[in-house]
Amino acid sequence: MSVIARFFAFWYDFIVGDDWTVAVGVLLALAVTAWLVGTGIAVWWVMPLAVTLLLALSLARAVRR
Amino acid sequence: MGTSAWLLVSAAFLASAVEMVEALTIVLAVGVTRGWRSPLIGAALATGALAVVILALGPALTIIPIDVLRLVVGTLLLVFGMQWLRKAILRASGHKSLHDEDAIFAREADAAKRASHEVRAGMDWYAFTLAFKGVFLEGLEVAFIVVAFGGTPGGMSLAALGAALALVLVVLAGLVVHRPLSRVPENTLKFAVGAMLTTFGIFWGSEGAGVEWPGQELALLGVLAYVLGVSFVAIAAMRRVRVPAAAPARSAAQAESES
Repeated sequence: MSVIARFFAFWYDFIVGDDWTVAVGVLLALAVTAWLVGTGIAVWWVMPLAVTLLLALSLARAVRR
Repeated sequence: MGTSAWLLVSAAFLASAVEMVEALTIVLAVGVTRGWRSPLIGAALATGALAVVILALGPALTIIPIDVLRLVVGTLLLVFGMQWLRKAILRASGHKSLHDEDAIFAREADAAKRASHEVRAGMDWYAFTLAFKGVFLEGLEVAFIVVAFGGTPGGMSLAALGAALALVLVVLAGLVVHRPLSRVPENTLKFAVGAMLTTFGIFWGSEGAGVEWPGQELALLGVLAYVLGVSFVAIAAMRRVRVPAAAPARSAAQAESES
């Protein structure tokens, strides 16, 4: 593996870790939050709910492995 | 200090303490088996390199608009914090081996004993490299958290204060006991740090996306209570799931590589 590939692999592993779906889910949830804010609805509950679902799915996958 | 400041100092302190205990274990193992000079120089240089990283990246954050910064920092903290929380829940429910500083100390000491004792320019480069790498890599997570917290007004100095307090405490403890700090409830601390980083991530990420929290800063306490509640329910639910026979039998080395 080249130095550049190793550099990116390190930071990927450092921040994203072993379940990339959590990172993608967080990005999607924040995008949905930003979109809903534009509609004028109170959406402070979206991220806590998203984190609960993402954590549950990630843990379920870890147990099945 | 307000709610946010207290939580911020606590999160930085706990995260730093956990990582520094891990770094201390490596330095102690190398120092005990190969002498202290080279690993101490390695550890000191790594600490200096981490301080440079924080000082270089911290001020750069001030030129980014606050809402963008909150969104980016919140996202990073959330992804990073959920990683910690997920592992802590897996450990607490028995689905992942616990972090064992005694076993890691024994493994590192054994490897250090077997490595060649080549000394060049008065330095044992094996001991130096191992200590430098250990302190730098473990400390990078602390630097990341401190820099991320630096994205909020006054956050950098508060996070640096938490990290500095942890550094003093762990170094003093290391000087006193001269053994791996295996009595530190490391897995519990990691659980607390994961919950706090996730809380800050939810709060700042949402704010960055345009959310106004009811109760403003006080909402942090509500989010923290919610994250802790969800985590305890997850641990209780996962304890009921049968643990595969291979999981608890994994070696400390394997557990360390996954930490």
